[in-house]
Amino acid sequence: MTPAFLYALVGIVLFSIGLYGLILYKHLLRKILAINILGSGVFLVMVALADRIGDAVPDAVPHAMVITGIVVAVSATALALALMLRVNEETGQAVLPEDREA
Amino acid sequence: MEEINVLLLFDVVLGLTLVWLAWQTLSSLDLFRAIVLFIAFGLLMALAWVRLDAPDVALAEATIGAGLTGALLLSALAQLSASQKNETKPSLFIRLTLGVLLFFLVIALAYTVLSLPTKAVGLSVEVAKNIELSGVSNPVTAVLLNYRSYDTLLELGVLLLALLGVWSLGGVSTNKSSFPKSSFVNPVLDLVTRLLVPIFILFSGYLLWVGAFAPGGAFQAGAVLAAAGVLVFLSDWYLPSKYSGFALRLVLVIGLVWFVSMGFSFVLLDNAFLEYPPEFAGGLILLIEAAATLSIGISLAALFLGREPATKSDSNIDIDTGVNK
Amino acid sequence: MILDILTVILLLVGALFFLAGTLGLLRFPDVYTRLHALTKADNVGLGLIVIALMLQADSWFVVGKLLFIWILILLAGSGVAHLVANTAQKRGIKPWKK
Repeated sequence: MTPAFLYALVGIVLFSIGLYGLILYKHLLRKILAINILGSGVFLVMVALADRIGDAVPDAVPHAMVITGIVVAVSATALALALMLRVNEETGQAVLPEDREA
Repeated sequence: MEEINVLLLFDVVLGLTLVWLAWQTLSSLDLFRAIVLFIAFGLLMALAWVRLDAPDVALAEATIGAGLTGALLLSALAQLSASQKNETKPSLFIRLTLGVLLFFLVIALAYTVLSLPTKAVGLSVEVAKNIELSGVSNPVTAVLLNYRSYDTLLELGVLLLALLGVWSLGGVSTNKSSFPKSSFVNPVLDLVTRLLVPIFILFSGYLLWVGAFAPGGAFQAGAVLAAAGVLVFLSDWYLPSKYSGFALRLVLVIGLVWFVSMGFSFVLLDNAFLEYPPEFAGGLILLIEAAATLSIGISLAALFLGREPATKSDSNIDIDTGVNK
Repeated sequence: MILDILTVILLLVGALFFLAGTLGLLRFPDVYTRLHALTKADNVGLGLIVIALMLQADSWFVVGKLLFIWILILLAGSGVAHLVANTAQKRGIKPWKK
């Protein structure tokens, strides 16, 4: 198995771990961490599939898309953290209303 | 054959460590531990990018993915109230069903990926064909700033939108602020900041320049500037209020505005929007990247700070000295 | 040939120092001793790895860049170690006594 396919499999496993965490955990900070891991898994699959080329220069378009994706992910994380802090300030815990117990 | 097997062993170990770190990040009870493990995860991802022949992505991941995201998460954790209830695990039944469903998802996706052809050229042929016309010789920069420059333009817009969102949510009240308001700054931190920030700025300029022909570029350079900004905020420095109005906003939007105006500037000469004539392409890309670096750096640093800096007319308190006007 | 052998030896010794530092991080009893193990061992390990890479470098420019990396990490590492120890002391964490 070439390194490319190995990393693609790792990316798929990371995606599912992130999805598991996103669905399962109630705390918003954990959800944000899960979204980041999910994103990293997707990026890994994209760049791994671009590396199937052997010894030549790899395909640059997925690399550019992943760089764009990383920057967008950090922007979304910053906005999500600001929202989480507001939820925490208004309600005392960083948990969405439907997940709150009592 | 021997050499390939050793590298493959390294890849297997790296892949397993990545999966294990991701699992530990999500399942650790202490949030601080989770964030630290996430930063380690980001750094190992940078190693994975290097193994996959993607040095530009590795630079971006190390600075933005591990560094800035880690700083953002830690800063947010510091502002959460201290008493967080322990995560009560949902019932075993839900966890098991979810686990089984995701296991089937992994199998299905793995089957799809593994049935793709072993060798695939993708768009690298097209990228290489026209690379002399694009003005730069680094294919990733060519894709980002020329072939798909519209995506990069929109990305600058997304960054600005995120900052607008964070600012419009209002700052957290100051008694929970994570930055000490004391006038005494640790002298070691002061010295380290004074030594490192000029090096950061120089390094950012280097990354910007070298992005045309080697791994680097505007995003990595902007992220290094943002790191300088984070360091400077941590040593208790705030933007003087006379700059935090129009001047700050000008620097924040200059990347996007410059990009759009450069895109339109050749329309009068019968080109399409964002089409650069080949003889100017190299210089134009450098100018656009320079403006973008400034904007990205200041935007990311402002995202870290989280609060909108008060302008002179806003409050009754003179922000620079804390005295009532 | 001899450069390659030297590089491999230095890389292995550097890795050994990193291993020692990590062992110290896991086994030492409090923050201060852990910081001590981490900064000392890791910086020496990094220095040895940097020297090993310098032997493999193509030009003096790359050698200079590698040296610069080591100096920057020394600077940042020692600054951060001081800050962690200072904060720990302010929080009242007492050094471990036998």
